[in-house]
Amino acid sequence: MVDLIALTPCAGLLPLTVGNLALAEVDAGPIHLIAPFRGGQAATDAALSKALGLEMPGPQATTRKGAARMLSVGPGQALLLGAAPPALDQAAVTDQSDGWAVVSVTGPDAREVLMRLVPVDLHPGAFAVGATARTMVGHMTASVTRTDEEAFEIIVFRSMARTLVHELSEAATGVAARG
Amino acid sequence: MRVAGFGIHAGAAARFRFDGQSFEGREGEPLAAALLANDIRLVGRSFKYHRPRGILTAGSEEPNALVTTGDGAGATPNVRATVQEVWDGLEARSQNAWPSLRADVMAVNDLAWRFLGAGFYYKTFMWPRAFWERVYEPIIRRAAGLGGLSGAHNPDRYERAFAYCDLLVIGAGPAGLMAALTAGRSGARVILADEDARMGGRCLSERFEICAGPAHVWASGVLDELASLPNVTLMPRTTVTGVYDQGTYGALERVGLHRAADPRLPLECFWRIVAKRAVLCAGAIERPVAFKDNDRPGVMTASAVRGYLNRWGVAAGQSVTLFANNDDAHRTARDMVAAGIKVAGVIDSRDTAPDSRDYPVYRQGRVVGTRGRLGLTSISIAHAGGVRDIRTDCLAMSGGWNPSVHLTCHLGARPVWDPETQAFLPADGAVPGLAVAGAARGVFSTAGCLADGVAQAASALEALGLAAPKIDLPDTEDDPYRLAALWQVPGKGRAWLDFQNDVTVKDVVQAAAENFRSVEHMKRYTTQGMATDQGKNSNVAALAVLADATGRGIAETGTTTFRPPFSPVSIAALGAGAQGKGFAPQRFTTSHAASVERGAPMIEAGLWYRPSYFPRAGEATWREACDREVGMVRGAVGVCDVSTLGKIDIKGPDAGAFLDFVYANTFSKLKPGRVRYGLMLREDGHVMDDGTTACLGEGHYLMTTTTAAAGLVMRHLDYVAQVLRPEMDVQIASVTEHWAQFAVAGPKSRELLDSLLDAPVDPEAFPFMACGPVSVTGVSGRLFRISFSGEHAYEVAVPARYGAALWRLLVAQAEVLGGGAYGMEALNVLRIEKGLLTHAELHGRTTAFDMGLGGMLSKKKDFVGRAAAGRAGLLEDSRQQLVGLRPVEAGAPLPAGAHLFEKTAPAVRGNSHGYVTSTAHSPTLGTTLALGFLASGRARHGETIRLVDHMRGVETLCEVTGPVAFDPEGGRARG
Repeated sequence: MVDLIALTPCAGLLPLTVGNLALAEVDAGPIHLIAPFRGGQAATDAALSKALGLEMPGPQATTRKGAARMLSVGPGQALLLGAAPPALDQAAVTDQSDGWAVVSVTGPDAREVLMRLVPVDLHPGAFAVGATARTMVGHMTASVTRTDEEAFEIIVFRSMARTLVHELSEAATGVAARG
Repeated sequence: MRVAGFGIHAGAAARFRFDGQSFEGREGEPLAAALLANDIRLVGRSFKYHRPRGILTAGSEEPNALVTTGDGAGATPNVRATVQEVWDGLEARSQNAWPSLRADVMAVNDLAWRFLGAGFYYKTFMWPRAFWERVYEPIIRRAAGLGGLSGAHNPDRYERAFAYCDLLVIGAGPAGLMAALTAGRSGARVILADEDARMGGRCLSERFEICAGPAHVWASGVLDELASLPNVTLMPRTTVTGVYDQGTYGALERVGLHRAADPRLPLECFWRIVAKRAVLCAGAIERPVAFKDNDRPGVMTASAVRGYLNRWGVAAGQSVTLFANNDDAHRTARDMVAAGIKVAGVIDSRDTAPDSRDYPVYRQGRVVGTRGRLGLTSISIAHAGGVRDIRTDCLAMSGGWNPSVHLTCHLGARPVWDPETQAFLPADGAVPGLAVAGAARGVFSTAGCLADGVAQAASALEALGLAAPKIDLPDTEDDPYRLAALWQVPGKGRAWLDFQNDVTVKDVVQAAAENFRSVEHMKRYTTQGMATDQGKNSNVAALAVLADATGRGIAETGTTTFRPPFSPVSIAALGAGAQGKGFAPQRFTTSHAASVERGAPMIEAGLWYRPSYFPRAGEATWREACDREVGMVRGAVGVCDVSTLGKIDIKGPDAGAFLDFVYANTFSKLKPGRVRYGLMLREDGHVMDDGTTACLGEGHYLMTTTTAAAGLVMRHLDYVAQVLRPEMDVQIASVTEHWAQFAVAGPKSRELLDSLLDAPVDPEAFPFMACGPVSVTGVSGRLFRISFSGEHAYEVAVPARYGAALWRLLVAQAEVLGGGAYGMEALNVLRIEKGLLTHAELHGRTTAFDMGLGGMLSKKKDFVGRAAAGRAGLLEDSRQQLVGLRPVEAGAPLPAGAHLFEKTAPAVRGNSHGYVTSTAHSPTLGTTLALGFLASGRARHGETIRLVDHMRGVETLCEVTGPVAFDPEGGRARG
C-alpha cells in the first residue's frame, strides 16, 4: 500500500521576495467554518471558550489564543484556524482545511502593494492589527487580515493560489520600481 | 529663446528629439517650454484643415500642441506638449502631417475651407447609403484625425490603486495649499492632488509676492510643512479626472511618463480615492478671443506667455503684443518688459485700460487679422485712434478666465452664469461633500484665494467633527479683476473658437441658422468642444457666440454637459492589471500538473482549466484520443477529475426542508448514505441547474452543482436562506475547494477502487446512488456511487492536499486495468450517448417539461419556481422538447446550432421546428449523435426530419429518437 503525499496550495509558488515585500505560505493548521444555528451563539462561544480560550469575533474582527485564532468572514460566520474545533452541537462546523490558500504579505511596502489590489482602507487608523475584511484582491474574493504593522494575511480559494501570487508579485514589482 | 536670469526651474540639460531632430532641453520642463526655448513654434497640424498650429497654453487644457511619444507598440499618441516633461532621450513626433510638418499635403483642405464648414460631411456624403461605412467613413477618418494607435499589443505596465482620506484637496495653487495646510494641521487625513509635477499652481508662474517674497518660495515652504506631516499625502502629477457617487473620485497619476522607460515601472496609475470631504481648488482656465486667423503659431494665451517666462525662463517671442479685455492680462506685458523683451503694443478692448510708459496701449482696440503662414509675423489692429499693422512674433491674448467648474458638474449639476465675472460658477451643493475654493469659484485675487482655501477647509473640518486650527493669512496681492466681455471680433474670414476641432465663429452661426439652436445640438453639428481637450478653452466663447446668434442670453443658452474625465485617461490605465493573466483569476485543479505532463490540451471551463483529452503515442487527432477514452470507460475503466463541480455543505434542523424548497423534487425523505438527482428551478419556472445531493447524516447534506453554475447556485442558496425563507434554521458552506474528487467509471471501476481503498467496496453497502465514508490508503475520504457516463461508476473524494497524489495513483492503476484518464471530450461523448444534460440544454430558456422531467416537479410541496412552471404556456405539447437525433446515413454531421425542419419545408427561419444543442461522434454506436429541442418532439420519435446548418453549409436527414441512445434501460450503471 502506498502513502498519498500531501501538497500545500502554494507548493512550488512560494516563498517569493519582490523589492522589500516577502510573500510566504502560511501553514494555518486545520481550518473550519463555524456558523451557529439559531440561538446557538452563546452555547458555541461557551464551548469555544472552554476548549480553546477564545470566542467568535464580531464583524471585521479577529480573536486569538495561542495557536488558535478566529476570523470573522460574514454575518454569524467565522473561520477557526490553527486548532481543531471542539464538539459544537449548536453550530454548523465545516472542515475547509484544504480549501484555502493562506499567504502572508510582509514588509515595509505591504500596505502600498495591497492598496493596488484591495478596495478597503488599510490605513492603520482604519484597519489596525487584528482587523479583517472579506473583500477583493484584484478579481478574487478574499479574506484580508492585518497581522502586524507591516504584515497582512490573505486567504483565497486554493485553486486561485497561482493567480494570487501573480497579482501580488505584479503589484509589488510596480511599487518597488517607484523607488 | 531662453532668458538669462528668469525662471525658477533648475533641471539638468537633457537631449530630446522632435520630428527626428535633436534639441537640448532641461529635465523636467514641459516639452512645450523646451520647444519654445529652441524657437520651435510650429508643433502640429489641425484636425480638419491641417492648419499649422503651435502652442496655445501652458496647461493640461492644451488643444494644439499634441505629439506622439515613443515608438512602435509603445508609442503614445495625443500627448500634450504642455504636460509631457522632458527627459534625456525623449522622442516626440508631430501628428496629422504628411510628408512633413512644414509641407503637409492635406493642407489643401484649408484652400477648400468655404466648402468644408459645419455640416459638410453630413450634407455631402449622403448617397449611396451603402457607402457610409465602407467608403466615406474610412476616407474621412484617414484625412482627419489626431494621433494614431500602433495596433500592436500594449507592452507597457499600468497600475490601479485605491486611496482613502478625510479631506481630498484637488489642486495645489494658493487656495489648495492653504486648504491642505489648514486640514493638515488639524490632524485630518489629507490627500493633496495636483496635475503638475511641482505643486504651487500660479505661485510658480507669476511675479506677485506672498509674505514679502517670491510666491514660489512661499509655496515651497508650505509644501515642506505638508510633506513633514504624517497625515498628509502629496500626490503630484495626479489629475483628479472624475467625481462619482459616495465621495469617490477618479484620479490619474503619471508615474513613468517623465523618465526613461523602465519595464517594471507603471506608466500611469489610476486611483480611486474615497474622501469623506473634498475641496476643489482647480483654478481657472484663460480663454482666447475669436478674431480672424487667431490660430497661427505664436498666438497664445496671455497667462501662458508669462508663465513660460516666469517659471521656465523661456520667451515665446522676441517682439510680443497683447490683446486683452481685462487688467490681469496686463501682467504679461509688464513681465516681458521686466525681462527685457520688447512689447510692441497692448491692444485693450476697453475704454479704460492701465497705461504704461514701456509700451503703447491701444484702447478700444481689436486685432482684426494676422499674418505668417508657419508662424506669426504681424498683426493688424483697429483701435480708437485708427488702424495699423504691428510686427510681432508672439501675440498674447486674454478674454478673461473660466473657472474650472468641471468636477462640480459630474453628478449632473449645471454651473451658474455670473454676469460680473462673465463666467460660469459652480452651483451650490453641486456635489455632496465637495466645496469649491479660489479661482474655481470666481475668487481671482491671490489674497482672496488664500482666505477662501482656509475658509472652505475649515467648513469641511467642522463637518468632519474636527477643530480647524487658527491660520494666519499671508500678505499678498489683492488686485481687482476688471473685465469687459469680449468673445469675438466681427469681420470677414475665419475666427477660431475650437482650435482642436477647427470650429470657427461662422460654423456656430451656421449651426444656429440651420436651427441647431440648442447648445447640445450645436456641439454635435459643429464638433465644438469634442476630442481630447473637450473644449476647455473654447466652450464658453462658443456658446456666447451661439447666444448672440440666437438672440438669447448666455445664461439662457446654458452649457453642454460636463462628463468625466476632466482630462484624457488612457484605457490602459483604467484596465490596468487586467491584461493577459490579470483578466480573470485562473483556477487550477490538483491534477493540473499531471494532466499537462501528459500533454493534455487544457480548455477553459469558466475560470477553471480542464483537460480536453490525453493524447497517446500514435494518435494523430483529438478524435482518436477521444474515441479511445470513451472505449476505455465503456470497456474497462476511466478516471476523470470532477473537482470543479460545485460542492455545497448544507446543515441544520431545517436542512431537508430547505432542500425541498430549492429543489423541484423532494429531498427531506432521502436516507443518510443515499444520493438523489435534483432539479433546481428559477423563480420564473425555468431550470437553473441540476446535480446530485447526498445525505451524509441527519440534517446534513452535500449538494453538487454543475461547474458553470457553482457560484450562481451558492448565491441563490444564500438568497433563499436570507430572503425567501429566513425562518429556516440552516447553514450553507462551500466545500468545492476542500475536496479533490475523481470519477472512476467503467466495468472495472470497483476493481480499481478495491486496489486503493483500505477496505474493498461492499456491493451491498454501495448500490447505485449510495454514498459513504471510505479510507483511501489511510486518508479519510468519501465515496459516491453516481454515474455521468451510464457505466458502473463512482466518484471518490479526498481532501485537496492529497488530490495530486491520488490522481496519479488512480491513473496508474486504471492503466494497469486497460483503462486510463479521460478528458472533457470523452466525458461529453459519454453523456450525450446517455442523453444526460449540461448547460448546453439547461441554457436558461428550457423547463423541466421541455426536458421530459416534468414528473420531477413535486405536487406535494412548495418550491422555488413551482407556480411559474405551472403556467399553461410552459406545458403545451407544441413546445420544443428534448429529443435525440441520429443521422439516416451513419456518421453524417449533426452540428450544434443547426436548425431542424420538416423534410420538405424550405429551410427558412419561420419553418424552424427546433435546434441542436449538443453533438458527438459515438464510437460506441458507430455514428454521430445529437441532442436538441424539437417542437412536439416527444410525439415525433421515429420521424425523419431535415437538419440544416446555414453557417457551416451542412444539410443532414436524421431520425428523431429518445434522448438516451445507449443502454436506455440503465442496467450498466445499476449493475
